[in-house]
Amino acid sequence: MNWPHKDLLDVSQLSREDVEVVMRTAASFREINARPVKKVPTLKGKSVVLFFAEPSTRTKTSFDIAAKRLSADTFALAKTGSSLQKGETLKDTVLTLQAMNPDAIVIRHSASGAAEFIARRVSCAVINAGDGWHAHPTQALLDARTLLDVWHSLAGKTILILGDVAHSRVARSSCRLLTMLGASVRLCAPRTLLPKDASALYAPVYHELEPAIEGVDAVMCLRLQLERQEAGLLPDLREYARRYCLTAKRLKRAAPDVRVLHPGPINRGVEIASDLADAGNSLILDQVASGVAVRMALLYLLITRKDKGEIA
Amino acid sequence: MTTPELAVRNVRLADRDGAWDLFVAAGRVLELCAHDPAAAPEARTLDGRGLLLLPGLTDAHAHLREPGQEWKEDIASGLAAAAAGGFVNVMCMANTSPVNDNASITKHMLRRAEAVWPKGPRLFPIGALTIGLAGRELAPMAELRQAGCVAFSNDGEPVADTEIFRRALEYAADLGPVIDHCEDPYMAKGSGANEGALSARLGLRGQPDVAEALQVARDILLAEYLGAPVHLAHVSCRRSVELIADAKRRGASVTAETCPHYLLMTEDALFGYDTMAKVNPPLRTDDDRLALLEALRTGVIDILATDHAPHAAHEKETPFEEAKNGISGLDTALASLWSLVRQGSLTASDIVERLAWRPAAIFNLPVNRFAPGDPADFLLFDPEESWVVTPEALRSKGKNTPLLGQSLTGRVMLTAVNGQIVHALDPAAGA
Repeated sequence: MNWPHKDLLDVSQLSREDVEVVMRTAASFREINARPVKKVPTLKGKSVVLFFAEPSTRTKTSFDIAAKRLSADTFALAKTGSSLQKGETLKDTVLTLQAMNPDAIVIRHSASGAAEFIARRVSCAVINAGDGWHAHPTQALLDARTLLDVWHSLAGKTILILGDVAHSRVARSSCRLLTMLGASVRLCAPRTLLPKDASALYAPVYHELEPAIEGVDAVMCLRLQLERQEAGLLPDLREYARRYCLTAKRLKRAAPDVRVLHPGPINRGVEIASDLADAGNSLILDQVASGVAVRMALLYLLITRKDKGEIA
Repeated sequence: MTTPELAVRNVRLADRDGAWDLFVAAGRVLELCAHDPAAAPEARTLDGRGLLLLPGLTDAHAHLREPGQEWKEDIASGLAAAAAGGFVNVMCMANTSPVNDNASITKHMLRRAEAVWPKGPRLFPIGALTIGLAGRELAPMAELRQAGCVAFSNDGEPVADTEIFRRALEYAADLGPVIDHCEDPYMAKGSGANEGALSARLGLRGQPDVAEALQVARDILLAEYLGAPVHLAHVSCRRSVELIADAKRRGASVTAETCPHYLLMTEDALFGYDTMAKVNPPLRTDDDRLALLEALRTGVIDILATDHAPHAAHEKETPFEEAKNGISGLDTALASLWSLVRQGSLTASDIVERLAWRPAAIFNLPVNRFAPGDPADFLLFDPEESWVVTPEALRSKGKNTPLLGQSLTGRVMLTAVNGQIVHALDPAAGA
């Protein structure tokens, strides 16, 4: 298997073939997650730093489990209680980490471009676990893996990304990847939760939910951060839900076997009606399961690439 | 005829053909006349080797960081960069620490300049418009002027309260020009990227061009209403240009500047989150760039200024959103602008007008038009000399320029203030 990338910073760096490699590798690792003993020695002796400079439970846990199931050692570094809180610059933190010679750094950071900033300064693999509003490639890849399990191909499918697109790294990465895989993506949000030039995101834009949801094969709801209201972007959550909450009634306009996704954590009753989140066509928990497999695949591809290079 | 002390022989001029000789006496222009190879004046002679003789440049907008932020720049290194860039007059902004809002800071700056560069370049401090740049109380502008300030500005901290700004313009009208950094302080908050397709893709908070243009419009209206002049700093976009053009047609007392980086680069420089290209106002689109070039040619925009904003390396080696705004520009302004002359977008005469004569006229500073008696402020420019912008090649402490690593064609070989050489690449010329 030929994996050409030192880092995974965004899906935009990946070719169609790269994505297929990730999808196949993830599918092959999924079997491990179903075993009674969920561990293989593939990455034994490898060190993975989980550097989450922004609060995260789901993504961090997912990477931690993924690494451990491949027998890598993980080291968690949070912003709170770390030297970053003592005023150390990101550059110095990263150079310090580099000096400890890890095999991969998984980074979550509030600044767009932070993963690239780090990748340029370290020799080990860097995986972007979310940088600001910019990119969240592992989320996009796990969304694709989840949908491919249902449909086998995204060609001809229409997927609606609904919610706070402006501040969403998930929307930016997923829109790009799903489009690359042949799906048609629509974006829907109030104008205040879209970038001014939303057309730059390569997808048609809707401001009202009803026309946007017409005939779609899947709806991906985005989490609404409560601070958007404080920033004057929304009147309040109730008003938001009135216009954009995904409800059973609204979902009737979609294709008959429409699927529902959400990157989590969910605000029940805000982005998505509570019953819909638990309904049979919800893929929300499948996304979590795919997440572990996709992250195992990426850790494997990025970390073993170097060993293969050295052997060659 | 007075005996010349210095002769600069065999030089070319921006606006006239042929070879010329410049004669200097007592720090002033004695005569500029056709080159005579046979003449053998008694004076000390500089061989111009056919280089371009330009009047010394004036920068109406520089941040020299002293007092208070000497790790970024100080008056010695800032004026060294100015001399190397061909600048003979440098106006330094008031956002020092402490702020230049009282005579003791102004006098301190001038004493430092006199101590470190007694021959020049000349320093002209800009006083704060409001105390501490806080936008609440007027600074003592008469006191500042008496101490040596030549203009007033809240640069970097635009006055949000229009009532305060109105009173500041009114009060300053009899004391000196007001330079305004046009930025709506609410709309523009916390961004170093133009709002548009690029900021949408990079996931950066965008600063819309209207955040600038709104304040430009406000300032124009106030200037016309009060009959008080205002100078608009670092104009970056077409919307502002159009407002200024309209205002000038009506005869409003408005002048404006733009900076080399807005003419040479666009927001595309931000790809890869290059913090060196992070500047406020942000780099805009190519359409804006072309509008600014046209405005410079027609005089809608009066002058070029560097907005020299030096920072230490660690202040730029951060994720984009955390990086400081600003580009170090004194060393490279003329050389980088020369690419526009080379490609025919500007003429050498445009450069002289916008970077030397007009800024000196707006702010009433010494100026050399090569008439007898003018201060002998000049530079020799080699339009063919190629050099690479390395950190070592920059005299400024601030190595923060997107030009780093690039090759420029055109270089200031020598700078003189009052006939005294303050910069010479060839040591034989004797700086």
